[in-house]
Amino acid sequence: MQKKQKNSSRRDFLKKIPVVAAGTVAMASCSPEEWDDFLQQSFRTLSKEEKDAIIKNLEKKYTEKYGKPFTVSAEPATEGILFGYALDLSRCVGCRRCVYACVDENNQSRDPQVHWIQVLQMDKIKGIDLAHADVHYNPETVPEEGHFYMPVACQQCRNPQCTTVCPTKATYQDEDGIVVVDYDWCIGCRYCMAACPYGARHFNWGEPSIPEEDVNPATHYLGNRPRPKGVVEKCTFCIQRVRKGKYPACVEICPTGSRKFGNLLDPNSEIRYILENKRVLVFKEELNTQPKFYYFFGV
Amino acid sequence: MMKKCKRKPLLIAFLHFSTVLLLLYGCNSNATHESDFMSPNIARGGYTQQGDMAIAAPPFNEEGIFPCSDCHAEEVTNPQRRKLVDMHEDISEMFDHDSENRWCLDCHNADDRDYLRLASGKLLSFKESQKLCGQCHGDKYRDWKVGVHGKRTGDWNGKKQYLLCVHCHNPHSPHFKPIKPMPPPVRQKDIY
Amino acid sequence: MKSLRFLRGCFRIIVSGGRVYYASLFFLLVLVVWGALGYIGQLQDGLVVTNMRDSVSWGFYIGNFTFLVGVAAAAVMLVIPAYIYNWKQIREIVIFGEILAICAVIMCLSFIMVDIGHPLRFWHMLPLIGTMNFPSSILSWDFFVLSTYFLINIVVVTHLLYKQFYKKEYNKSFILPMVLLSIPAAIAIHTVTAFLYNALPARPFWNSALLAPRFLTTAFCSGPAILILLFQVLRKTTKFEIKDEVIFTIAELMVYAMFIYLFFTVSEFFKEFYSNTEHIVYWEYLLLGVERNREIAFYSWASIAMGFTAFLLFLIPKTRKNLFTLNIGAILIYFSVYLEKGITLIVPGFTPDTLGQYFFYVPSDTEIRTAVMIFSAGAILFTFISKIAIAILFEGFSIDSLKKKVSTT
Repeated sequence: MQKKQKNSSRRDFLKKIPVVAAGTVAMASCSPEEWDDFLQQSFRTLSKEEKDAIIKNLEKKYTEKYGKPFTVSAEPATEGILFGYALDLSRCVGCRRCVYACVDENNQSRDPQVHWIQVLQMDKIKGIDLAHADVHYNPETVPEEGHFYMPVACQQCRNPQCTTVCPTKATYQDEDGIVVVDYDWCIGCRYCMAACPYGARHFNWGEPSIPEEDVNPATHYLGNRPRPKGVVEKCTFCIQRVRKGKYPACVEICPTGSRKFGNLLDPNSEIRYILENKRVLVFKEELNTQPKFYYFFGV
Repeated sequence: MMKKCKRKPLLIAFLHFSTVLLLLYGCNSNATHESDFMSPNIARGGYTQQGDMAIAAPPFNEEGIFPCSDCHAEEVTNPQRRKLVDMHEDISEMFDHDSENRWCLDCHNADDRDYLRLASGKLLSFKESQKLCGQCHGDKYRDWKVGVHGKRTGDWNGKKQYLLCVHCHNPHSPHFKPIKPMPPPVRQKDIY
Repeated sequence: MKSLRFLRGCFRIIVSGGRVYYASLFFLLVLVVWGALGYIGQLQDGLVVTNMRDSVSWGFYIGNFTFLVGVAAAAVMLVIPAYIYNWKQIREIVIFGEILAICAVIMCLSFIMVDIGHPLRFWHMLPLIGTMNFPSSILSWDFFVLSTYFLINIVVVTHLLYKQFYKKEYNKSFILPMVLLSIPAAIAIHTVTAFLYNALPARPFWNSALLAPRFLTTAFCSGPAILILLFQVLRKTTKFEIKDEVIFTIAELMVYAMFIYLFFTVSEFFKEFYSNTEHIVYWEYLLLGVERNREIAFYSWASIAMGFTAFLLFLIPKTRKNLFTLNIGAILIYFSVYLEKGITLIVPGFTPDTLGQYFFYVPSDTEIRTAVMIFSAGAILFTFISKIAIAILFEGFSIDSLKKKVSTT
């Protein structure tokens, strides 16, 4: 409720007159690039040349804005790959290293804060019970007596509700199973956020801000490139990394090795070994979203 | 490369805690270990290739502690189970690894301290200490070999780096103590 | 040339009026400006100036949208009884009902526009020029039925007024099917809007088959409530004639709707509280609040109390057939439904969120100001169109009057 209680004084009123005027002038005098931005079609429908031109533009824009050379990849999905993820509930200690590694890797806004991973602290005695789950736990040390931890991010459903409800097809499941958002096509209606059962989608309520020195310049068009305000974003399994063969950032940072990642179509992958030899569960399986994100008990 | 620099604050935070950093592994294992998996030892030691696995070098926590023979070659082995006082008393102090039934020379080779020794009498280099752990913790060892227990970094579909058991578990006291969590998310009512 | 004269005539009607008319127009205009200045802040800084956040990602805007869909739908549904009972004023009821519907749909779309992060990208969801996710997204359906409904209404209203203006008989074989089509379309817009929330497995609070029926019954309460009041105003100030009996019959129909609505609500309460599953948390927040956060519970009980009082006022023949108590009832039920749709339907669906976390939402200043802007602008629009309609229907504004004026000048 501590909103900016402004907008009411006369001075603010006067301040706004130039804004209105400027807005009108800006509308009338839009540069060709702005018109191009406005008229840009959905990324999936563009030709290779159009994509290249847009990406070149973006790289230039980001490089200027953040003062370091940016790359924006449009690496497509590879045939024969379906990404899957497994998280060991018996090992996670809730230290939140993954949350911040993800923020750094994926250029999430620092202020207003956006976290793609929410770590839920649960009561051991209650099991996976959201009525007794807390994301704001902050003890001196973790794990806390009597609790276990369940990090939740996008579950990369095979049957995603978010893409079903999107009125513009701005969010969709790519061939390798990653659900992505075309930030230039998203209108910001937030229907997907109402539809997602995992709280995995996050909206840029204000202009996202990332300190220049912390920005990650190795980006993917559908992943961690800097976002404008007013669009929805989400975990992409670090699309910019995994499509180049790297593990996601959260897997690499996890101090307990609770996070596992691989190709579900490769019978020799770690992920397939887990499905074969450990007992797994999917979160809210009753909703038939069929996640490709599994939870398991390593011991 | 850039990614490395970018993570610096995180890394520093890690090193800052690393004196008490206890990495947790397994069901009820909560143990302290001075050199956590992120410690510079790994970088210094590099990785050794064992079969198709690149495994990080053993994390000796002091310069000059290895090779053991530098000191032990001169010493006469006292096979009597006892509390150590003049040297390694810190280890003796913290020792909590089935301490009721075991002591140093159950794992360290008495005749040549640069080696570890399996129950069968077979000698092992410190670089393959996982086999020593595996002789009791067979299920964990199996899981580790396929990448389910422990951590792999690198390429999910290609070259991976492994950590030894002892990078995360202090072999003398494999239980972890809890670690400090990173800050909780800002409450949504405070975002404006 | 002719149409230009018609437009000029309309303009003259709009600008001519008594002191009260000007005063209220000025008042509405002040509200629009005040609201717009709040909205500009949102355009500049983004939706961060609202109180919506990731946990409660839809709020007051979408609530108002939902409410207004109901108003739009119900106004036209009055055509059913008018047709069945063969009321003499059916044409007037159709016209004013549909004018209200047109304004309500425009306000609905405005609420969507202010709610989305990139209003300028609205065209992305249109067919052909954008990529409409049809038939999979219910929002696309909603947009489709709302625009169809809008088109039907605007065609019917313009046709009727246009023909009247030119003193011609309206084309019955064209208008009757359109009016009849507008009835299922009215039901469709509200049903589809309910389906927007209804079939989201992530939100158990809305995931009830009773949601769409509840929407329709509430619409049948709030829409006619406005029209009852409007008809009385028209009767007083224009040549529009409507018998008390007709008003009482409308009220009688509203009682049925209110009873069904109360019955549905009780059924929901019973099912949720007796089964007492994990989904009870939303209902507890709705009715009791959580940890002293009782804003929503306050609105919820206010809505229940007003709805119940209105039900009693409409149920008892003596108070139903007394215009004073009837009007009180109409106002009460209107605001009861407004609170229910505007606030207590949307917010508890998100509280707690899908991970069980509580974020307590009440609309921010900006949200209220933006809503005031849209409602005031809608009211101005409604006044203007109604004024033209009144002039054409009751005050002899026609092609002849224009000719006369031309000849006198």
